[in-house]
Amino acid sequence: MNVLGLVNYWAFIFLMMVGFYILISQGNLIKKIVGLSIFQTSVFILYISMGKIRGGTAPILMSEGDPVYSNPLPHVLILTAIVVGVATTALGLSLVVRIHEAYGTIEEDEIHDHDLA
Amino acid sequence: MEDNVILRIGAKILIPFILMFALYVQFHGDYGPGGGFQAGVIFAAAFILYALIYGVDTAKRVLPLRFAWFCGALGVWIYAGVGVVTLFMGAEFLNYNVLRHDPEHGQELGILLVELGVLTTVFGVMVAIFYMFAARRQVR
Amino acid sequence: MLAVTALALLKLRNLFAVAMLAGIYSLLSAGLFVALDAVDVAFTEAAVGAGISTILLLGTLSLVGHDQKKSTRSSVVPLLVVLVTGSILVYGTLDMPPYGDPGNPAHHHVAPHYLEESEHEIGIPNVVTSVLASYRGYDTMGETTVIFTAMVGVLLLMGGVRRREGSATLDGKPDREGDAHGG
Repeated sequence: MNVLGLVNYWAFIFLMMVGFYILISQGNLIKKIVGLSIFQTSVFILYISMGKIRGGTAPILMSEGDPVYSNPLPHVLILTAIVVGVATTALGLSLVVRIHEAYGTIEEDEIHDHDLA
Repeated sequence: MEDNVILRIGAKILIPFILMFALYVQFHGDYGPGGGFQAGVIFAAAFILYALIYGVDTAKRVLPLRFAWFCGALGVWIYAGVGVVTLFMGAEFLNYNVLRHDPEHGQELGILLVELGVLTTVFGVMVAIFYMFAARRQVR
Repeated sequence: MLAVTALALLKLRNLFAVAMLAGIYSLLSAGLFVALDAVDVAFTEAAVGAGISTILLLGTLSLVGHDQKKSTRSSVVPLLVVLVTGSILVYGTLDMPPYGDPGNPAHHHVAPHYLEESEHEIGIPNVVTSVLASYRGYDTMGETTVIFTAMVGVLLLMGGVRRREGSATLDGKPDREGDAHGG
């Protein structure tokens, strides 16, 4: 029981670490940005799963019955975080485009060599 | 893509419905899932679809880049403006209770207005960013 | 499913496939959000993550090419870092409250107030909307400003060179005026 209650955290940690690994091990800048967004999504999943109440329903008030609602607060925080996430992704991608124009490559190693040369 | 008849006609049929759906999401956000963020993105998606099918230049004639930028700034203005209005009406910044005589109606009006601000900003920003990425391709 | 998609993302070298898989990953996580009762979040993730992000990724790929070169770096050190971080995080979760328990501390701060009072204080049924726009209106205003700032940033990065090249495209003029609006 105790261990089952923690499975959601472990799933999120696994996704987060995959994103982290892509971020630090890949040399390609686009791959890095995709890894960053996987990392980001894993954090969203952490928040949303903390707001879930077993047997609950979506926090839209109903007039009849006495339903249990899930916690609306994490939903609000993540809702805005997703949109901000895409805005920062767009910013990162535009940086990649500019780097490609300046160096002619988006591989980190080649950019490094270019700088040293 | 501009010569493909099926895509052109399909897009022509779909785009009005996408725009309608965005407005539905916007104004139904009080009662179901939805709101300014989602509606703004869907609204922008309709224009991006148009630009993809008919070409960015055609889309720019419908919705100039300048206007997208203007929308992006206008939305923040609307949002902050609501806050300033409540400030002048004798309440705290963004306290909508005073917008109408009945606090509940005031809240509804306030939420409607700030969601409109969010819609405008998100729509403008998404379209503007897409245009800028697309314009790069034409220059190269 | 999510884990498999994420691992496939790690291994793939064709960046077009990566972009498509990133979209699929977003859609899957949107499905997960529905299962976790967060319908608003799922809606946003499906529209933003699967829609706009994928388009932007594809747009970038058409500019920078879509093949990843084989990396010469060793992957031992990153793997070690990831494993250590992951095991520390797993150790940290041992004290976390169990999933789905109504007695969790997260559900006893301001959330009950929102759920019980918003019907009288705000008068609209969707609690997420009322918290988003009214109780936490400052937050949302900040987020709106962040999105706007991101647009200004993209404009500065992407809109600048064309002027320096002195290209006489039609876009040159609106750029500058847009700048004035943005600033």
